[in-house]
Amino acid sequence: MPKAKVNGVEVEFEPGMTVLQVAELAGEEIPRFCYHERLSIAGNCRMCLVEVKPGPPKPQASCALPAAENQEIFTASPMVKKGREGVLEFLLINHPLDCPICDQGGECDLQDETLGYGRDDSRYHENKRAVEEKYMGPLVKTVMTRCIQCTRCVRYVTEIAGVPEIGMISRGEDAEITTYLEKAINSEMTGNVVDLCPVGALTHKPWAFNYRPWELKKTETVDVMDAVGANIRVDARGAEVMRVLPRVNEAINEEWIDDKTRYAVDGLMRQRLDQPYIRKNKKLVPATWGEAFDAIAAKVKKSSPDRLGVIAGDLQDAESMKAALDLFTALGSANVDCRQDGSVLGAGPRESWLFNTTIAGLEQADAIMLIGTNPRLEAPLVNARLRKHWLATGVRIGVCGDNADLNFSYHHIGAGAASLQKVFDDHAKIAAQKPAFIVGSGVLAREDGEAILNMIGQGAAKFGLVKDGWNGFNVLHTAASRVGGLDMGFVPGKGGLTAKAMVKKGALDVLFLLGADEIDTADSDAFVVYLGTHGDNGAHKADVILPGAAYTEKAGIYVNMEGRVQLANRAIFPKGEAREDWAILRALSDRLGATLPYDSLTALRRKLIADHPTFGQVDYAPGSQPAALDLGKLGKKGKVSDAPFTSPVSDFYQTNPIARASVTMAECSALAASLRAQPVAAE
Amino acid sequence: MVGILEDKDRIFTNLYGLQDWGLEGAKKRGAWNGTKDILDLGRQWIIDNTKASGLRGRGGAGFSTGLKWSFMPKEVREGRPHYLVVNADESEPGTCKDREIMRHDPHLFIEGCLVASFAMQAHACYIYIRGEYVREREVMEAAVKQAYEAKLIGKKNVHGWDFDVYIHHGAGAYICGEETALLESLEGKKGQPRLKPPFPAGAGLYGCPTTVNNVESIAVVPTILRRGAEWFAGFGRPNNTGTKLFCISGHVERPCNVEEAMSIPFRQLLEDHCGGVRGGWGNLKAVIPGGSSVRMIPAEMCEDLPMDFDALSALKSGLGTAAVIVMDKSTDLIKAIARISYFYKHESCGQCTPCREGTGWMWRVMERMAKGEADPKEIDTLLEVTTQIEGHTICALGDAAAWPIQGLIRHFRPEIEARIANYRSGKPHIQGHTLAAE
Repeated sequence: MPKAKVNGVEVEFEPGMTVLQVAELAGEEIPRFCYHERLSIAGNCRMCLVEVKPGPPKPQASCALPAAENQEIFTASPMVKKGREGVLEFLLINHPLDCPICDQGGECDLQDETLGYGRDDSRYHENKRAVEEKYMGPLVKTVMTRCIQCTRCVRYVTEIAGVPEIGMISRGEDAEITTYLEKAINSEMTGNVVDLCPVGALTHKPWAFNYRPWELKKTETVDVMDAVGANIRVDARGAEVMRVLPRVNEAINEEWIDDKTRYAVDGLMRQRLDQPYIRKNKKLVPATWGEAFDAIAAKVKKSSPDRLGVIAGDLQDAESMKAALDLFTALGSANVDCRQDGSVLGAGPRESWLFNTTIAGLEQADAIMLIGTNPRLEAPLVNARLRKHWLATGVRIGVCGDNADLNFSYHHIGAGAASLQKVFDDHAKIAAQKPAFIVGSGVLAREDGEAILNMIGQGAAKFGLVKDGWNGFNVLHTAASRVGGLDMGFVPGKGGLTAKAMVKKGALDVLFLLGADEIDTADSDAFVVYLGTHGDNGAHKADVILPGAAYTEKAGIYVNMEGRVQLANRAIFPKGEAREDWAILRALSDRLGATLPYDSLTALRRKLIADHPTFGQVDYAPGSQPAALDLGKLGKKGKVSDAPFTSPVSDFYQTNPIARASVTMAECSALAASLRAQPVAAE
Repeated sequence: MVGILEDKDRIFTNLYGLQDWGLEGAKKRGAWNGTKDILDLGRQWIIDNTKASGLRGRGGAGFSTGLKWSFMPKEVREGRPHYLVVNADESEPGTCKDREIMRHDPHLFIEGCLVASFAMQAHACYIYIRGEYVREREVMEAAVKQAYEAKLIGKKNVHGWDFDVYIHHGAGAYICGEETALLESLEGKKGQPRLKPPFPAGAGLYGCPTTVNNVESIAVVPTILRRGAEWFAGFGRPNNTGTKLFCISGHVERPCNVEEAMSIPFRQLLEDHCGGVRGGWGNLKAVIPGGSSVRMIPAEMCEDLPMDFDALSALKSGLGTAAVIVMDKSTDLIKAIARISYFYKHESCGQCTPCREGTGWMWRVMERMAKGEADPKEIDTLLEVTTQIEGHTICALGDAAAWPIQGLIRHFRPEIEARIANYRSGKPHIQGHTLAAE
């Protein structure tokens, strides 16, 4: 490997690295505003100046300069220091001195660098420039006078988000960053521009003036808004979650998160269930835990075990599902299901319900088919990964289903099963070494789901999706709890009813909804117990409400769509009298005379891992192992209807109780609906 | 005799448009004469002779044209055609030489495009014409049409080298005269300079190997090759050879464009061709010798000054585009430079920090200094600001904005100080007057 000297220290570097990267290898920190690892290089802030020898007798922008063999790099010479001080002074002359009222204060790159390179006084005696605010939608607040024209936001929306709607207009000192026609950015991932903005020009609109970063307690955890399991950091003050920021995880979310993950947290403070309720005379009235448990116990004891049933919701942690599963098994009921949508997955090997290529592994695929899924709505981060792969390699992508705008170009095969079958029939094989299917959870939840799964499996087998070292069969789930539920067998046992069957009239005496809000229980005449966090669909139907903990309020295990086991941590305590879900179930089991054999979360996890060893493999995704997946045996042969494949998510911003309680998400939802209704006239 | 260059040695014999610019007229003056023979001598011969002639780029930087051509890849790789791009975005204030070439000698220019493209194995040449040059574009388009019709260029032309010329009309931004900004603009993007490296010879227009040359550099090549490199190298001092179009404006009796030998003494240039400085040589105050972006030089340095690259850079100025702006003693130099500062502030693309923020700062301070409304210590601050811009930007516009002010302060600092003192003497001095602005 070539060598270079950084401030006299020799370092080896890989060919193709820039001077900035080499200097960082040597442990030197290079100040920067415009440079970002995941964006193209602009080289316009000029803050990363260094001196190189051999080279011209002037400082060079290290972010854009390729490192060369035997180069000598100086990061702290007088020339460099003077250069950076000069650049910083220029950045500050037109930057307002409003740090005390700026939301970026305390985590502002410009503040930090000013500490190192700033002057103690101002030599600029002219009037400062003022720039009009720009409208960027309900999520991004702009104070454009603070903008330093680094263009990170422009490059982000163009390259990563794939909606080139931010740009720089005018020139010279009149240059301004703005959105196209000052409309909201039409993307599910706009919040990331705020993280990227090195100054306070773009800040979080929903959280404006709500907090100072140094007063927040930071908790590293994972997201549950979709099945991606993005790594996040929850910042809380007291009992309130103030904000959610992404953490870097190259395998999952890189360093982005979508807007629902980030901004739905105001829903954690609204519509919350903070004490037990019992329905009396058709009205829910507050009750104590004891009264609530007694009411449940009275009903359960009167009914036979096969008239009891439990449905687990989309946001449940594995521990609460395990506790519920163990409880109902102990009560003798086989009516357990974690598939509110009616999906047919759950039988067969684990690989049949995983995202087997893994999210990062998608970048190795050389032909991708999306079947009945709109990843932009179901998992924006997977969509971003697809776009990244498509941009880098121009990978061939086919879509069977909605002909939606996915931010990359694809070949639209057709809308339904017939067109898909035609593709399978027309091609003996495909010219791809690593083909991948991404099957939407929506198509598998249809009445003919088994038959569709079988048909897709047959096609996948024909195209050689599973081979040595490659498993291209992917299911794109939308529920954070789903893979964990399937992994532990939270599906109907012998003779048990599915979720859809449980909610039918007369099916059950007691229906236990474990955070299940996405299933229509209108027909059910059972006694409904709802354990959950929000006064949403499930609670409306409930006869007894047990207030549980939201994902930020409990430690829990979540398994994402790749089968990656991740630990979520508690950032704040549950609201009011609410308790952690597993503890509620443990206490209830005592009253029902089927005491669960664990008294602590640790003991519960130990049992979970003992029963289902995959839960012990934390932060591990099985990926494309030489799999035992026999594609031909997936599903059951049957008649496939030709109804078009549709995505299970029609409104990205309203997919779960937390999002539905969020004012921010409601605003985004309304805006998105209006955009769908009237496309931009100028186009 | 007037000047140094004899009429027989002029390349641009229709510089003043007195004859027909069309193909017939151009052929009479020697254009398109023996072009095929030149091409038959081969690429290497053309490049070697261009190098030997000592031709330095006429766009301002003065880089050897032949050497620049030799940076192009030797082989044309599949899918990566070579391009010649001619920079006719002549926007430097004071400069109007390419305009005359395009108006009155377009065929010499088009012939040069063919020869240069052949030397670099380019089958396509883009001519990027400044937005304000509407007539020039019309003439160029007509001339290109004539050349196509005469089969001088185009597919299967008489020269045996398939060659297309595309005229592109810019939108009038100064920055699009910077070679990489020009390429961006040509590609349909916003005219903002690119980072270098990669240089255009490696990745230029549409990412393919590209050479960007000035109109004059290209237009003189056929004549050089016809008459021999030694002929061209015979004019001027070593390393500063050839003939050059000078554009003399300002306080002379007869401002003009004139083709002269390099290294002609400044005073001779003015007195032979322009009727001398207005009011006599003694009335000269300062001169900007190479377009608005170079540092001015005071009258006392101009007496025996040879007008060429090396002599002027020894005076910390530059030949630039050889746009000589003469200023006599009636000139308010501070105001003049303030106006130039406004120009650069207005034309800065806004991409990189020092230029975007610094040009506005300098202009505002210059405006105040022109009135005297400044503090004497601000002169040093201003000088330091210019050094904070110079050499810290992506392209040379930052340098171009800094140099005029540096030239002013270097040579005429007492004048600024006097202006400030005069302004203050009329008013009660308010200590800390600058505080109010903060």
